[in-house]
Amino acid sequence: MEAVLALAIGILTASGLWLLFRPRTYQVVLGLALLSYAVNLFILSAGRLRMDAPPIVGDDAVDPALYVDPVPQALVLTAIVISFATTALLLVVLIAARGLTGTDHVDGEDDEA
Amino acid sequence: MTGGWLHHLIIAPIALPLVVSALMLGFDERRRTLKRILSLGTTVALVAIAALLFVQADGRLGSDAGDGPRAYLLGNWPAPFGIVLVADRVSALMLLLASVLGFTALFYAQARWDRSGPRFHVLFLLLLTGVNGAFLTGDIFNLFVFFEVLLAASYGLLLHGAGAERTKASLHYVTINIATSLLFLVGVAMIYAITGTLNMADIATRIPLVPDSDLMLLEAGAAILGIAFLVKSGIWPLSFWLPRTYAAAAPPVAAVFAIMTKVGIYIILRLSSLLFGDSASGAAGFADDWLIGAGFATMLFGTLGILSVRTLSGVAGHYVLVSSGTLLAAIGMGGEALMAALLFYMVSSTLAVGALYLIIEPVERNADEEDMIAGIAEPVFDDEYTGAVEEEENEIGVVIPGTIAILGGGFIFCTLLLAGLPPLSGFIAKFAIIDALFGGDAISPTAWVMIGLIILSGLATMISLTRAGIDLLWTPADDAPARLSVVEVAPIGILLAACLALMVGAGPLFRYMEATAETLANRVAYIEAVRFAPRAGEAP
Repeated sequence: MEAVLALAIGILTASGLWLLFRPRTYQVVLGLALLSYAVNLFILSAGRLRMDAPPIVGDDAVDPALYVDPVPQALVLTAIVISFATTALLLVVLIAARGLTGTDHVDGEDDEA
Repeated sequence: MTGGWLHHLIIAPIALPLVVSALMLGFDERRRTLKRILSLGTTVALVAIAALLFVQADGRLGSDAGDGPRAYLLGNWPAPFGIVLVADRVSALMLLLASVLGFTALFYAQARWDRSGPRFHVLFLLLLTGVNGAFLTGDIFNLFVFFEVLLAASYGLLLHGAGAERTKASLHYVTINIATSLLFLVGVAMIYAITGTLNMADIATRIPLVPDSDLMLLEAGAAILGIAFLVKSGIWPLSFWLPRTYAAAAPPVAAVFAIMTKVGIYIILRLSSLLFGDSASGAAGFADDWLIGAGFATMLFGTLGILSVRTLSGVAGHYVLVSSGTLLAAIGMGGEALMAALLFYMVSSTLAVGALYLIIEPVERNADEEDMIAGIAEPVFDDEYTGAVEEEENEIGVVIPGTIAILGGGFIFCTLLLAGLPPLSGFIAKFAIIDALFGGDAISPTAWVMIGLIILSGLATMISLTRAGIDLLWTPADDAPARLSVVEVAPIGILLAACLALMVGAGPLFRYMEATAETLANRVAYIEAVRFAPRAGEAP
């Protein structure tokens, strides 16, 4: 379980970083999206990995050892919403920049053209 | 319940602009006057609230709690579990600074800037919500949320008025900030994984208990978190986006952006004193040397930038870097006398940079076309003239005579403030920093470097601004100088008057700053204020 999660985070981060440093704006957006998935998984792992343990404490049992830490899950929800919204905004800026500069290069000017 | 209604004042700087901006979304864009009245009224109220909190934090109002930090439990959950807001001298000072700058920038925007795009007032108030929230929160995840609020609003404000230059700058700005926010989250997650809490006061109590094997992981988490704030405060080499972004923004937006770098610096000040203050075991002050080195590099980069750029907005942008570098290096060096001086410097330089951003546009408006082509006054805000002005020329307001005299006077005032020449508050601030550096028995080489850089950056600022001033204001122009409205002059006047007040009231203000530095050093009071905050409906 730990190895799978660590691999997933590592591959997502590596691909995300590679895309982030590409010259095309769309690649940058995708890179940021991949990086945010990696970070969301990382936050989840901050609460220790537990299999088959519910995060919500019921009325009958109060032994905290039976439950998984609910705080990172709440944090991840917030982080997902925020990164979703900012990525959407970045897409709008990307399209506006494409329209105004006529190129999808991140600096707004294309050397090859 | 302690303190009656005054106790609930802490939530007002966040709730008020949030509610008003939500309300304004419901109005049609064409009801401009209503929106202006609402948003200006809100910022005036924010200044009043911040002033009340300022006096309260000094222990002169609602004396039952003295002058210690006050915690406010949101949702009435007990401290480490719920979210807390904390107001002490430092946050009250920052709130007052932010609200004064916000009010003047919004006032200036009434001249015509708020008409060059939709929903300016809504975004502006949201930005203030985020800034105020970041100053007040006592919880690192909530800090992330408030940072996102202020960043989201700043994306919108930067794009305000559109144009190719602004869109290109925004593309970089948004990308860098999203990437930084991800670093922020990684840092928060690591700190949570080690300490098991997100409450700043609670983290501070648990850091000494962290086993040695986990200490490195904790420091790595804190360093990643710190980098997120350092990017926001514009440290070298993570600052190349800053001058360009600020130059592309509309003048009132750039002026209020001047507080955004200070948000990053405030958080670093708060976290480094609270989490890695003296008693905090092996992790104490682990990043101080890095802060000093990076601060020096930032000052040097900013100084060279000031000398090399050919536009006034470029000078202002690089001055923001110099000011950040000075503050960060001073935070790294530590010491209560230096803290008091740096807080004074922070207030003075923020107000002065705000005034400079506002005065740049009217000054450059008078420049000859040939000058503009020559490059000294490159029209950065060129696209603003189309549509915005010709649309409603008669609404510009009362036009005042003696344009050049007023602009020249204001510009000289700004130059003196920024370069740190006597007798204005910029000089007092720099003098206080240098005096604090000379305080010890033996003056370290680091202190000498710092003093040298402070003086050098002041000299560079003076050279650059004098050169621009001679070109833009003294060169006789053939045509009559452009008109200047009261709406534009008044906010610049208010900011400069605030700097003048800093100079006149330097004595009492310095006593407040010294008390503030003491508050910062006194971690125990902060931690206890949060941990033992009384819940509503419960005897304290």
